Amino acid sequence: MQHTLEQFFRALRAADVRISPAEAIDASRAVLVTGYGDRELFKDALCVTLAKTADEVERFEGVFETFFSRDLVTLPPGGKDSEQGEPSEQDMAQAEGSPLAQAVLQGDATAIQQVMEAAAARANVADIRLTTQRSRLTRRLLEEMGLEEIERIIANARRMPDGQGEGLANRLDEARRSLFEQAQTYVARQHDLYAAGSARELREERLLRKQLNADGGVDPVDYVLMQAMVKKMAKRLAAKYSRRRRTARKGHLDVRKTLRRSMGYGGVPFEILWKVKKVDKPSIVAICDVSKSVAASAQFLLTFLYSLNEVVERMEAFAFSGRMISVNDILDDHGVDTAILKVLQQIGFQQTDYGRSLQDFAEQHLDKIDRRTTVIFLGDGRSNFADPRLDIMRQIHDRARAVIWLNPEPESYWSQGDSVMHRYARFCHVAKQCGNLEQLERIIEDVLRSYVPH
Amino acid sequence: MTTARATGAADPLASVDALIEGLGGVGYIASRRIATALYMAVNLQKPILVEGSAGVGKTELALSTSALLGLPLIRMQCYEGLDESKALYEWKYGKQLLYTQILKDRMGEALADAPDMDAAMVRLHGMGDLFFSEPFLEPRPLMKALREDDGCVLLIDEVDKSDEAFEAFLLEVLSAYQVSVPELGVIKAKTPPLVFLTSNNVRDLGDALKRRCLHLHIPLPEASLEERIVATRVPGIEAGLTKELVAFVQTLRTLDLRKPPSISETVDWARALILLHADSLSPDMVRDTLNVILKFEQDIEAIEPQISELMHRR
Repeated sequence: MQHTLEQFFRALRAADVRISPAEAIDASRAVLVTGYGDRELFKDALCVTLAKTADEVERFEGVFETFFSRDLVTLPPGGKDSEQGEPSEQDMAQAEGSPLAQAVLQGDATAIQQVMEAAAARANVADIRLTTQRSRLTRRLLEEMGLEEIERIIANARRMPDGQGEGLANRLDEARRSLFEQAQTYVARQHDLYAAGSARELREERLLRKQLNADGGVDPVDYVLMQAMVKKMAKRLAAKYSRRRRTARKGHLDVRKTLRRSMGYGGVPFEILWKVKKVDKPSIVAICDVSKSVAASAQFLLTFLYSLNEVVERMEAFAFSGRMISVNDILDDHGVDTAILKVLQQIGFQQTDYGRSLQDFAEQHLDKIDRRTTVIFLGDGRSNFADPRLDIMRQIHDRARAVIWLNPEPESYWSQGDSVMHRYARFCHVAKQCGNLEQLERIIEDVLRSYVPH
Repeated sequence: MTTARATGAADPLASVDALIEGLGGVGYIASRRIATALYMAVNLQKPILVEGSAGVGKTELALSTSALLGLPLIRMQCYEGLDESKALYEWKYGKQLLYTQILKDRMGEALADAPDMDAAMVRLHGMGDLFFSEPFLEPRPLMKALREDDGCVLLIDEVDKSDEAFEAFLLEVLSAYQVSVPELGVIKAKTPPLVFLTSNNVRDLGDALKRRCLHLHIPLPEASLEERIVATRVPGIEAGLTKELVAFVQTLRTLDLRKPPSISETVDWARALILLHADSLSPDMVRDTLNVILKFEQDIEAIEPQISELMHRR
């Protein structure tokens, strides 16, 4: 049974439930306490020891049901309870030497299942990785189950004089077909258990590298996946921002406060006070370009903006192409798809004017930036040859804690044509290309770390 | 409070079913998964990390368990900036100072006849440890829990509000049930306490902490379970009213609200309705008491116009 548990852990890991060896040991100990008799108890015990988040609980339930499903094998036709009636003595004698054929003729589903499980272990069906391996593994599984022997028995029976063996041959032939189908289902199920996760990983990996401003943008199929991944990244970013805000500096005596407090005790310092370092609550101002030139990646940028708005407590979001508007309300009140659509409807795909938009910002919202604010620009810095208003950019730079510019274009395109990216970059603490999810992830992991207050 | 043990009932820890029954006896209606988690925690001697949205009965589970097992409950509320001196122990600085002041003269006497400085120092060494001994130790919740010789229920509430450094510090306590105090040595629990950690998912907890705990996620309950909870928590409520109000709350949960009502809100609402002598739900009654179950102005505004429609929907 330990082996079965190990296989189950593997299936869980394939479904992206993280299980460390220590947790595996815990689960095994838990099973020792519960035993295998009570299915619900067994399942709950494994669940509390293995699945450690609400998501994982959900995936755990799915895997558990697939893995420990009971109706593995349906009885193939041709058994003793089928319409052809009891197999004769002679038929049974023919089946001598093939446990599978005997099990089929006796209509023993448990025995068939055992044969199949044992064969699957020999054929390493559980090592399945790719969809394309399915037919080969089905073949292997059937071989290991001893289908060849059944075929031999059928052939022998057909060769018998006077059609004596015809009945047996027909029986086994039908059973063979049914077994073939069942082997296929079995392998497909194993594929779901062990390989479905890796297929998703593959998709995620591909999506990570995909240039999001490439023609056609993101595939609608991948769009949901992208949203989930962006959200995860935004959450990670937010986690860094939500650090504690007051740290007691141990060992640093606050002499002034201690002396003041000791006055009440006649100068005896009964209460000692330590110095406390205050860390300011940070805030983010995010400004997103949704103009024509970034049309392809606008959706990606807005998704990031949306996720950021969801996870960061103090966040001001703006979008612009010709003019700039605050989109906080839109992001707050709608689901991600509607919100993005609404922003694009209101302001999207017009002629870019960075200067004009910055002026809008300076006139109405400059007070939102103070020394605790991190400003994130999402845009390509292509200003249609209009005045880029570097003076406002400098103002923003001087007021803010940090200015970060994420540009969907590669660095070699910067300052080509109407791009004034390099001129803006002078006023940014970080200016990076962010054209796909992988780059976004790296920026969040490495670059932003040093600009997040500790 | 009477305990199941004291009243002579069967041992509540004998099986999961006995545990469900026992918890029911102290007013906590547990689902099977909750009871299994608790059963495992006792048998494997592991802490339980309880997650779930606010008001689903995370803290209540710990309280009920302590009542059921007849063990004292030691509670530690976590918050930003919580550190060892508030969680584990502290020296009673004031007392130490006071004693030195009082004993000053005696010390002077004792040291007066010392022939030289070195001899005085040697004598002083003998006395110095006096001030860093048990009587001057102020035990905080964690140490108190470890020093309960008959075991106890330790509730570490909202552990996600504490910071990462503290979380790391908890690891030693949770895996070995011991702490090291530099002046006293290692303090180890004779009977490991039953530890509950609760989390509201303010931030993701570290893997190391999760790995050491059993994990229990309490979801919002199904209608039948919730009806039983209301019936237990609000004695004297009529079955018809319970059914109606639970159905209404369940409908609310299917809507897109900022804060969907959880069990504690349902129970509060039931109590409020009893106070108002309501024996069935009417749209007016719901409108007047909506602020008991919905905690956001926007939610109330969104729901108010559709109250009667929602009541007919079920």
